[in-house]
Amino acid sequence: MKYLFQFLRILVFCLLGELLHFYVPLPIPASIYGLVLLLLALKAGIVKLHQVKETANFLTGIFTLLFIPGAAGVMELWDLLEANWLPLLIALVPVTFLVFGVSGRVTQWIAGRKRHA
Amino acid sequence: MRDFLNSSSVWGAVVTIAVFALGSFLHKKTKAAWCNPLFLGSIFVIVLLSVLKIPYQDYKQSASALTYLLFPATVSLAVPLYEQWELLKKNLLAILAGIGTGVFTSIGSILLLAWGFRLDRACAVSLLPKSVTTAIGADVAVELGGIAALTTAVIILTGIVGNLLAVSLCRVLGITNPIAKGVAIGTASHAIGTSKALEIGQIEGAMSSLSIAVAGILTAILCPMAAGLLR
Repeated sequence: MKYLFQFLRILVFCLLGELLHFYVPLPIPASIYGLVLLLLALKAGIVKLHQVKETANFLTGIFTLLFIPGAAGVMELWDLLEANWLPLLIALVPVTFLVFGVSGRVTQWIAGRKRHA
Repeated sequence: MRDFLNSSSVWGAVVTIAVFALGSFLHKKTKAAWCNPLFLGSIFVIVLLSVLKIPYQDYKQSASALTYLLFPATVSLAVPLYEQWELLKKNLLAILAGIGTGVFTSIGSILLLAWGFRLDRACAVSLLPKSVTTAIGADVAVELGGIAALTTAVIILTGIVGNLLAVSLCRVLGITNPIAKGVAIGTASHAIGTSKALEIGQIEGAMSSLSIAVAGILTAILCPMAAGLLR
């Protein structure tokens, strides 16, 4: 029953997220609202860590697996991608590298590279 | 065969977990970056569906039990974030600066690309939110007159690039601080990259989770302004 109740608590935060997404006219998805609300509830002590921990760890542990069905969906979009393949390739590879490098190096530069390295 | 698959509600989930397990096994054996469970797993699924001539929609339908879990799994990212709260608070400025400059770089690069290649507006707008989670990106693109399917494809592929190359990129770019690694992965490649960050370590996973939310919201705010600069 422990895991069932942990799952229930997480689903309640999903529901609260959906509620906010439905009523607040901002382009923020229900999952982000749910994440922030659960974080606040943990910080405020409304939800204790042991009341969600194992199930949350299980779900984040299989996160990669959950993206496979969506990622395979790219197979239906080849025609769309082919039409503008060169700018798309540039957007996908060099631009992603650049964003990765800028955000990582800026964070490291301010936080200091030795700490926790 | 087709009749059986149509009547079965679980084969998609079975196939997905099986290809994921196979990908993870190969990853462990070879330790090669391209032997990535997400990358290989997706390719296995695509090959399988193409060879057996099964429509993608049929597969998607029967794997829906897994995709359903994406929502509670994303909400569960609050737990690693909570566990790294002190670290987060102590490095808040560095983290926000990293995410902010990353988002500006992403949007700025796409604008330059759009001008350089004279992309039509719908295509350019579809690329603007490419580094953020589909739930935010697709909505933003559609709102600005983009093509939802194109945005979704580009976001997923960006995530796969980040997931696939996160470890190598950190090494090549000299990113050694776990906080910086997490911020880079989450800002550049959203939730799909974050699944890799969670595998690398707790701090990386938590910072990457935070970056999904912050970069996503920042992108949603900045994209309409960036779209105003397009023809």
